[in-house]
Amino acid sequence: MNLDRIYMDNAATTAVSPIVLEKMLPYFTEIYGNASSIHGTGREARKALEDARRRVAAVLNCKPNELYFTSGGSESDNWAIKGIAFANRKRGNHIITSSIEHHAVLHTCQWLEKQGFTVTYLPVDEFGRVSVKDVEAAITDQTILISVMAANNEIGTLQPIREIAKVAKQHKVYFHTDAVQAIGAIPIDVQEIGCDMLSLSGHKFHGPKGVGALYIRQGTRIDPFMHGGAQERGKRATTENIPGIIGLATAIELATENLEEKSARISSMRDQLIDQLTALPYVRLNGHRTERLPNNVNISVRFVEGEALLLRLDLAGIAASSGSACTSGSLDPSHVLLAIGLPHEIAHGSLRLSLSDTTKQEDIDYVLSVLPGIIDDLRAMSPLYHDFMEANK
Amino acid sequence: MYSEKVMDHFSNPRNVGEIPDADGVGTVGNAKCGDIMRMYLKVDENGVITDVKFKTFGCGAAIATSSMATEMVKGKTLKEALKLTNAAVAEALDGLPPVKMHCSLLAEEAVKAAVEDYMKKHPEAVID
Ligand SMILES: Cc1ncc(COP(=O)(O)O)c(C=O)c1O
Ligand code: FES
Repeated sequence: MNLDRIYMDNAATTAVSPIVLEKMLPYFTEIYGNASSIHGTGREARKALEDARRRVAAVLNCKPNELYFTSGGSESDNWAIKGIAFANRKRGNHIITSSIEHHAVLHTCQWLEKQGFTVTYLPVDEFGRVSVKDVEAAITDQTILISVMAANNEIGTLQPIREIAKVAKQHKVYFHTDAVQAIGAIPIDVQEIGCDMLSLSGHKFHGPKGVGALYIRQGTRIDPFMHGGAQERGKRATTENIPGIIGLATAIELATENLEEKSARISSMRDQLIDQLTALPYVRLNGHRTERLPNNVNISVRFVEGEALLLRLDLAGIAASSGSACTSGSLDPSHVLLAIGLPHEIAHGSLRLSLSDTTKQEDIDYVLSVLPGIIDDLRAMSPLYHDFMEANK
Repeated sequence: MYSEKVMDHFSNPRNVGEIPDADGVGTVGNAKCGDIMRMYLKVDENGVITDVKFKTFGCGAAIATSSMATEMVKGKTLKEALKLTNAAVAEALDGLPPVKMHCSLLAEEAVKAAVEDYMKKHPEAVID
């Protein structure tokens, strides 16, 4: 790997921190026991598992027995939504979510519709915010669950989850939030938020991939997800991934330590990117200017296609991401960009740069030194730009 | 996911630009993902394409296929140019990922549209 590469795709995944890796390693070869075994090797693993659970619970401000380890953010979202849906079917069959959720939530809801549930997909405003009034208005006597993400993975918009939690509570409806992008970026305290369930994923905050967690408030009526052994208090079978869980616990502690200071530093770099890039002609910011993840930049560059931008950035050693139709496989632009009302051709030129606490000022300077030239090059070969300039002569 | 040839034509596209006094111009759009390609042709009295330029709003494959298509029709007769297929363009680029084959179709259609435009402007010309 070229060490000079600048990685600005931390919303997709992050590097495992060296400290996290070091803490994980003994659990592959030395403390490798099955946490369900009676013998000493098993008891050691059990102790490590429960210790990790206590540490993660302390970060989220919940009880250790309200925390369940899973295989990642997608599983946590699937479990929360399907688990509530099937366990509460007698009470009602209606679920409320937003139109800009991650596919782990949206596709789960779409599948539940095929199983006879009804789902309301709330619209968002031009900045990607869900309205609390809309949430309240959508509640019926059949509503059993509201699921709205804490922060959007594409455009970084923060949702009013505390207010939504309040409304849910008043109407005695469960509230789940996907906080996969929010952990390590903004303070997350489940008591202060007031949610009943919260999803997180290790690899988004310098922990390992393939491990996540679901917070489930005590007393929540939810079905088990994986049937089998009695692991995770009978709710999620499979021999626990102790190295991964140790990694997640270590990473979440590191990520939330000095959070205010770190996010101030990262958001100042984010703002340099936003201010200087949106000062270029025909470049707009996607998402909310202030109610935004500290590490997220998402712009649309008119007259330019996102995949071409990504490839040119990659050739310059910069890793980024786009919601363009050409990068999607399905050849549809991102559902999030369409939901905030962007026309196809503007969604086409979207570019996401996502920072982390390993991002350096030099990285920002370098991106700002090469990106405008790349935009000029691509516009010079764009028939749309040509026509636009002719028409506006 | 792209071959070295695609990346070469993407990063150093041949014949980018426009021909202000072009004899034929064709613009085509991709219904699938919304991309646009435009070809400009300069044609001599013998029906030979003496110059060709393109402008493309699209992905890496769209830019690379435009570039390759211009190279493949330059110096050819209009009749030969009309025989250009998207499969031939893709093959000349050492292949394209399956989801990107539709981008090469755009290149074939852009060449055809430019030739058709030439024919419209030059009703006396015959392609035999
Ligand atoms: C908001 C959000 N939810 C869920 C997920 C899925 O997480 P995982 O990759 O751990 O399954 C992601 C990651 O892409 C995400 O950004
Ligand atoms: S031009 Fe859109 S995928 Fe190639």
